[in-house]
Amino acid sequence: MKKIIKYVLLDLLRNRIVIAYTLFLAVISMSVFNLEDNPSKGILSLLNLVLIIVPLVSIVFSTIYVYNASEFIELLVSQPLRRVNIWLSIFTGLAASLCVAFLVGCGVPVLIYAPSDVGIMMTAMGLLITIIFVAIALLASVLTRDKAKGIGVAILLWFYFTLIFDGIVLFLLFQFMDYPMEKPMIVFSCLNPIDLARILILLKLDISALMGATSAIFRDFFGYQWGIVATLLIMTTWAGMPLWWSVRKFNRKDL
Amino acid sequence: MIIATSVTKKFGKLTALDNISATCNKGQTISLIGPNGSGKTTFIKCLLGMVVPDSGFITFNKQNIAHNWQYRSAIGYMPQIGRYPENMTIAQVLDMMKDIRKQSAVQLDEELIHLFKLDGMLHKRMGNLSGGTRQKVSASLAFLFNPDVLILDEPTAGLDPLSTEILKEKIRKEKQAGKLVLITSHILSDLDDIVTEVIYMEEGRLRFHKSLNQLQEDTGEKKLSRAIAQVMGS
Repeated sequence: MKKIIKYVLLDLLRNRIVIAYTLFLAVISMSVFNLEDNPSKGILSLLNLVLIIVPLVSIVFSTIYVYNASEFIELLVSQPLRRVNIWLSIFTGLAASLCVAFLVGCGVPVLIYAPSDVGIMMTAMGLLITIIFVAIALLASVLTRDKAKGIGVAILLWFYFTLIFDGIVLFLLFQFMDYPMEKPMIVFSCLNPIDLARILILLKLDISALMGATSAIFRDFFGYQWGIVATLLIMTTWAGMPLWWSVRKFNRKDL
Repeated sequence: MIIATSVTKKFGKLTALDNISATCNKGQTISLIGPNGSGKTTFIKCLLGMVVPDSGFITFNKQNIAHNWQYRSAIGYMPQIGRYPENMTIAQVLDMMKDIRKQSAVQLDEELIHLFKLDGMLHKRMGNLSGGTRQKVSASLAFLFNPDVLILDEPTAGLDPLSTEILKEKIRKEKQAGKLVLITSHILSDLDDIVTEVIYMEEGRLRFHKSLNQLQEDTGEKKLSRAIAQVMGS
């Protein structure tokens, strides 16, 4: 398994898109921190960019990579190798290289300009989001045979997680304004890893008052140690479930 | 060596393989023949575990191949279209396969790499290779680990006549070494002098499985292509 990971990584690190992604993140984070004199504000601006760009690049790049590697996967499957190992190696390779890109492009500037709890939390969340969306991309690409359809599904999923989901939540909030919505809101936010990441970082930033009435209950739930642990567990599930499902599907897939 | 028992595979409404049973033994050189879309490649992929049959089973050396992966270390497979990571050079692909399939006991067989003169262009990137050169790499990889079984899907498609001859010579040599060789090919004249058995498939069904001598006797034709043409016509 180590050997396959090695070759997937070698292939990916030579890929220009990963390097371009690293540079892009570096340029964005450097310019954000140089434009804002207050590092907290810088983190906040960066947060919104990161929570849109990182999922998009992770999901679309991974989907395209898996489709382009289909013949390579075919070659590996015809060798004396376990299918589970092949699939997990591709996942590890993709997740690791995109994580490295994020660490270099975004993590390093953040840790230089804003070396605080918030900075570390934001880097950690970026890495988790990367892993989650690579897992979702693998699932999307194993479920659809057609390349164009698969990439379409990946973009739709990204759209859903970054925009549509928030729209639905807002809609529900307005519809049920007269009822206490604090507890259901926590459940809702668990349904979207991007929201979870955003809430965790905002709480660390101490501007949770901006979130209005629900902020108190969020603080109660997410603010304490166990709340953070629970959130991390939920996010790990968000990476684990799609991955597990995609392994099951890949094991029976006709190549 | 390989025994397929009533293997059936459907892709949606299309029945790609319909109740196929066949036995392949050591030392045979079997040619899988049939019109386009008759299920030859699907059958080969079933043998390799790349396509999972809906029903029926395949045994390799008396072991069921479902949920088994070790058996593939005894198979060399040359795909119809070989595509490799575009950023890797030929040398890296060869090293990678050696690395992945390392079996200390096996003597590597690099004869084809030399005969195809691949060692002169080891530094070329796979993405820049012509289709024929890729076929050569695929062929070299199939023979590299000295496997007991060789499965070649359209081996001569895209190769120039000289390389085709080299490949045929190599197949003949492996056949004499007592290996089982499975070939699919459209170009029947390529196969005349190597093949010992013929499996003819049509629309996912196995029409017949005969030795070449038997086929020649039945049809009264000496040449494989004419014998097949007669069968297809009837």
